[in-house]
Amino acid sequence: MGFFIETLIGGLMAGMLYSLVALGFVLIFKASGVFNFAQGAMVLFAALAMARFSAWIPEWLGIDSRLLANGIAFILSAALMCVVAWLIERLVLRHLVNQDGATLLMATLGIAYVLEGIGSSIFGSDIYRIDVGMPKEPVMILEGSIEGGLLINKEDFVAALVAALLVGTLWLFFQKTSTGRALRAVADDHQAAQSIGIPLNRIWVIVWCVAGLVALVAGIIWGSKLGVQFSLATVALRGLPVVILGGLTSIPGAIIGGLIIGVGEKLSEVYLGPLIGGGIEIWFAYQLALVFLLFRPQGLFGEKIIDRV
Amino acid sequence: MGREFGEVILDLQSVSLAFGGVKALTDISFNVREHEIRAIIGPNGAGKSSMLNVINGVYRPQQGEIILRGQHFTRMNPYKAARAGISRTFQNIALFKGMSVIDNLMTGRNLKIRSNLLQQAFWWGPARREELAHRAKVEEVIDFLEIQHIRKTPVGRLPYGLQKRVDLGRALAMEPSILLLDEPMAGMNVEEKQDMCRFILDVNDQFGTTIVLIEHDMGVVMDVSDRVVVLDYGRKIGDGVPDEVRANPEVVSAYLGASH
Repeated sequence: MGFFIETLIGGLMAGMLYSLVALGFVLIFKASGVFNFAQGAMVLFAALAMARFSAWIPEWLGIDSRLLANGIAFILSAALMCVVAWLIERLVLRHLVNQDGATLLMATLGIAYVLEGIGSSIFGSDIYRIDVGMPKEPVMILEGSIEGGLLINKEDFVAALVAALLVGTLWLFFQKTSTGRALRAVADDHQAAQSIGIPLNRIWVIVWCVAGLVALVAGIIWGSKLGVQFSLATVALRGLPVVILGGLTSIPGAIIGGLIIGVGEKLSEVYLGPLIGGGIEIWFAYQLALVFLLFRPQGLFGEKIIDRV
Repeated sequence: MGREFGEVILDLQSVSLAFGGVKALTDISFNVREHEIRAIIGPNGAGKSSMLNVINGVYRPQQGEIILRGQHFTRMNPYKAARAGISRTFQNIALFKGMSVIDNLMTGRNLKIRSNLLQQAFWWGPARREELAHRAKVEEVIDFLEIQHIRKTPVGRLPYGLQKRVDLGRALAMEPSILLLDEPMAGMNVEEKQDMCRFILDVNDQFGTTIVLIEHDMGVVMDVSDRVVVLDYGRKIGDGVPDEVRANPEVVSAYLGASH
């Protein structure tokens, strides 16, 4: 029993991290109807910025405190992501208003390559580490009530908490503020949004900024787990099955999709693994996504698209 | 008719619009007076929707000018138009389908919202009061259009006639001085058409809103509008009060398809 709960909790926490990546996709899709292929590149870029700034700042400013250096690095990286958002709007999106979805999709592919290139030429392409002081050692909890206790990875726990907090904030922002409402309006119909005086350009800057910040948080958390290197860009691939499961337009969907995949992966690895051979963790998410694409393409919580013929 | 109109608030001067080699509009001039209901009619492909899109800045004409309350615009865009008090509805309804009726109407208040993002995020006092005030205004529009019962329904689930009404509601929530209606009655049954007619007349009467509308149903147009512009193949072939237009031989032949 203890082991099962441990696996379950491990899965939930891994799932929360997938959600964090998936969230970036959902944000951009909600506000511009575009599937953003550059999300992975943004995660990598943000993580690189964070890693390098936190290494440079003690030299530049002569600060000893790691907390302070990390804080400044975070603010700088966040500002940088907003500059990137502004540039993307200015140089790419502005010229593609009212264009076909496929055109925008290709544009995000281009953005991905540019970001990867610029990122590694500014920040270098070595493997860096991010150390924001996440607790590494696992802890034992509930030793009294469950036999043998539960072994919990503190780092995963903190990461899951941060992710949950971020998601909650974003949900409130989208549902409860008038800016959030304007964002949803833009996602539904560019032309109509413009005609009621929603400034499309400003909205896009805002949403890419938010997506950039989410990428930064995801980059820091994943970066401190895996190290900051080029393969971090492929973390976004883990978000893909999550959004297919949860629905591209739903923030809660991204969370629940992430949790289902996290738990599914771990449980199937542990309990099905011995029966059909291991390695399930690697393909489980994609297989599940495939099933969803066949039977429920809009995902669990996505809006069903009904077109009048 | 004995209705009094104010001065010209919207004046279009020799507007021409082409898409590549296709001339959608050729040298069209007409004006709209304050408080009137002005109709644009014409057979399919006459350039009616293009005309509306020019006024609202979706299309930029190659030639001509739009003068709005004495202000000259050669490069109008939808955002500028909205700021200048022009709102519109769409021929094939462009509502925000995933959002509720209330939220759709609230987006119409967007330009009037003064509180910034940070204040909204923290549900700050002034931001909250403002939201409530806008909400009250939206409720007025909902009452006016008699759509109280569908307030919380996602717009995508509503029948066509009601969606058209919500589309009008969103435009009204902007408290426009000029309202552009692109075929407000297309695809409606007789009863829905009557309701829509009543709403258009009431908006004009109660709020003093100037209305420019495109409509196919000739009976409706002649009943509702004060003055009518007739387009055919992108040219203006008639302009005047409904009786004048009805008596115009060119208009009759355009509609009956004679001698083209």
